[in-house]
Amino acid sequence: MTPRVAAKARLQWDGLRNRHILLYPEGLVALNPTAAEILGLCDGQHTVEEIVTALSSKYESAEITTDVQTLLAGLAAKGLVTYDA
Amino acid sequence: MQCPYCSNPLDFAGARFKGELTTEEWCRVFREAHDLGVVQLGLSGGEPTLRPDLTELVRCAKQLGLYSTLVTSAYRLKRARLAELKDAGLDHVQISVQAADAELSDRIAGATSFDDKMAAYHATRELGFPLTVNVVLHRENLHQVEAMIRLAERLGAERIELANTQFYGWALHNRAALMPSKAQLAAGWEVVQRERRRLGNRLEIIWVLPDYHEAFPKPCMGGWGNAYITITPAGEVWPCHAAGRIKTLTFANVRDHPLSWIWHESDAFTRFRGDGWMPEPCRSCERKTKDFGGCRCQAFLIAGDAAVTDPVCSLSPHRPLIDAVVAQVEDGDGGNAESAAWTYRAAPASRLLSGG
Repeated sequence: MTPRVAAKARLQWDGLRNRHILLYPEGLVALNPTAAEILGLCDGQHTVEEIVTALSSKYESAEITTDVQTLLAGLAAKGLVTYDA
Repeated sequence: MQCPYCSNPLDFAGARFKGELTTEEWCRVFREAHDLGVVQLGLSGGEPTLRPDLTELVRCAKQLGLYSTLVTSAYRLKRARLAELKDAGLDHVQISVQAADAELSDRIAGATSFDDKMAAYHATRELGFPLTVNVVLHRENLHQVEAMIRLAERLGAERIELANTQFYGWALHNRAALMPSKAQLAAGWEVVQRERRRLGNRLEIIWVLPDYHEAFPKPCMGGWGNAYITITPAGEVWPCHAAGRIKTLTFANVRDHPLSWIWHESDAFTRFRGDGWMPEPCRSCERKTKDFGGCRCQAFLIAGDAAVTDPVCSLSPHRPLIDAVVAQVEDGDGGNAESAAWTYRAAPASRLLSGG
């Protein structure tokens, strides 16, 4: 499962709000730093497992796997993340 | 395009909308908007593709990181122009269609435009744009809700917006010819629910409620002066695209004031911001944090006072004015005799109706 940010969405830094945002037609999602990092790896080059591994090496949390899965499932339901076959 | 439900002001052909902002002025205004925290830019109109500098405007928006949406009729819009806009950084395209077949769509539009729209839909998808199909619903096309959803599905659109007519501008003028029956709306809503189940997240179906037929008003613009700015071609700044009709407000122009001052300080934006302005029944109503008292424009247009509860609200003393309009459709013959009576949105009619 290789996730990627959908073509209609754009991840960018918002200097005014001091956080990353995910923009899409007529809406936006404000991201916390971890979510932004996860989405930054959703480029069609990293599998979900690789993303979890990358984050686990930086953060000591037992819930990284769940965090990644929850975030991606939520965004996939909105069509903001897609999966390459 | 001459759609009789156009939300443009009746006097769009008048002096108030002459003297459009230049390319440089628009780019400055985009920057001011960005600095205020704006992240979404809708390029609308009128018809935004009539601006020869549209590509340049899109490029300015892209440089600022604004997520740009072109809202167009696609009349005479060619693939090469769309490709140029894509290269400049345009993010998203919304193209209207008036019905699911050429004959009805062209009749409602008052222009032979259906084939242009279909070509533009395909070009939009081929170029990799996310696509929203925009449809305004009313008495003459509500029977086609399913056909329109199927059309959007075939076109590969991300979204279809099925917006029941809101009665402002030309739609208010043509209200008697456009107002649907309760039965039509119920049938349309049933189709939407069924198609949502069938399509899941393959196609997002947005259904904009017909507020005359609701018991409570819409949360108009998410609250006055809360999240939205309209800037007219000539630089006037409105809290929504209909607010310019409210004669008791004064509107500032980006040629005279910084956008930040207009947003924070100007009469038009501060008058109805928050809930301090609210009269009863809104003031003591628990719904005021959900619907913000409804729509100020509708209060002005129907009750003659922008500072009263939206007349659509069942708690409003003005609700009988709405009920009477809805009842006319239910009591009538289904309205077929009246359908020819609408006035198309066109410059000569605009000048005639606004005495300009």
